[in-house]
Amino acid sequence: MINLQPYSNPRYFIILFIALLPLIIGLYFGRRFKIYEAIISLLFLFLMFDGKDAIQGYQLIGYIVFQFILTFAYERYIRSGKNKTWVFYLVVILSIIPVTIVKIAPHIPDPTADLIGFFGVSYLTFKNVQVLMELRDHTIKKVDPITYARFLLFFPTISSGPIDRYRRFAQDYNKAPERDKYIEDMRLGTRYIFQGFLYKFIIGYVFGTLWLPQLAKYSIIYGNINGGLRLSWALLGYMYCYSMYLFFDFAGYSLFAVGTSYFMGIHTPMNFNKPFISKNIKDFWNRWHMTLSFWFRDFIFMRFTFFAMKKKLIKDRNRLSQASYFIDFLIMGFWHGLTWYYIVYGIYHALAIIINDIWLRFKRKNRKKIPHNKFTEAFAIFLTFNVVCFSFLIFSGFLSTLWFGWK
Amino acid sequence: MDTKQTVLDIINELTGEDLSDRMDENIYENGLLDSMATVQMLLELQDQTGITAPVSEFHREDWDTPNKIVAMVESLRNE
Repeated sequence: MINLQPYSNPRYFIILFIALLPLIIGLYFGRRFKIYEAIISLLFLFLMFDGKDAIQGYQLIGYIVFQFILTFAYERYIRSGKNKTWVFYLVVILSIIPVTIVKIAPHIPDPTADLIGFFGVSYLTFKNVQVLMELRDHTIKKVDPITYARFLLFFPTISSGPIDRYRRFAQDYNKAPERDKYIEDMRLGTRYIFQGFLYKFIIGYVFGTLWLPQLAKYSIIYGNINGGLRLSWALLGYMYCYSMYLFFDFAGYSLFAVGTSYFMGIHTPMNFNKPFISKNIKDFWNRWHMTLSFWFRDFIFMRFTFFAMKKKLIKDRNRLSQASYFIDFLIMGFWHGLTWYYIVYGIYHALAIIINDIWLRFKRKNRKKIPHNKFTEAFAIFLTFNVVCFSFLIFSGFLSTLWFGWK
Repeated sequence: MDTKQTVLDIINELTGEDLSDRMDENIYENGLLDSMATVQMLLELQDQTGITAPVSEFHREDWDTPNKIVAMVESLRNE
């Protein structure tokens, strides 16, 4: 049985292009062949989840059925005019139970947990929770079942995003772009896919497959010789190499996902915008994994801040923003996994952005006294780059290998 | 109720400035409002005008001048 993991090799792209050709021709002539699109989507999803991955396929189906029941029950409830807070909390908690189980499962020997996890569950949860929250806010009045299914099961982005928003997706999905716009979409789609090839298959490969294992090996050797925190120049090299690998690999994947989307007439948002020229951490989170960052900003940071202000939980505005940042990044850490280095990664970024916030407020008050020139900017970029790379070293889990011998 | 006056009063409370002659001024660009003040403003607008503040679907470009804020509040009230 063929099993086709998304974007894994050149053959995938050839098959993808052939499958998309009727759709592309349709869109060129201003028609969106929704039924054909659904059929090839199901085919690609099937090929992702067949063979040894079949169990995951069933889990995906089960998950979708569960979320559908939850979402439409809640939609019915809201449309009946009611909007109690406890109901809202209940549906959100129910909605995140699958992903929570998946995160906890590796730490508890319990076979039933394998029933829930599947490739992409973490990312799908964002879409489900987003729709529930927007129903609560009345920014989404009605969820169309077919559009919602297509939104959740949009195969270019199903495994690791970028994370789109329901209303934005529905707007694209329910029409076909004008021809000159679509030609531009195809041009951009082509550029993104080829940029993705460069990033993931060439640059990411050099950093991640050729250099990283060497640096890992020497970090461990020299680390054992040096003892203590097991530091070495090799470890420093590992840090930068891993950071580059992480960026080029993930940015490459994101480019594939966005490029493929554009060919299908869906303008999935981009995930990266030159993150390594960030002047500070706040800037960084407006450039790195943007769809994730903005999702957390809109659905965690803003909502908690609003809630805390309304209930007057924290009087001091600065303390409140710090608490919001902390909760926001802590949850982000947990979302990656319940492993110590993911949680520390979250806390590290929480502290970094809080310190950045304090510094920016200080700068605003003392504008006249603080120098601002090419050197200070270069220093800011250099400092941010290193703060970020160190966070990626934590994120990589390599310190676990170095210090505790984890595999 | 006069939406325009309510909005101006709220902005005045948050920034200390009366923007009645500066209805098209970008309040973010000139540093009058930041993210926290935005949340405060949304909360006040919700309490005083009865709209449901779209806290998770907040697009700054739709709310960055007093005139735009008035327009957004009116459109949310008419839903």
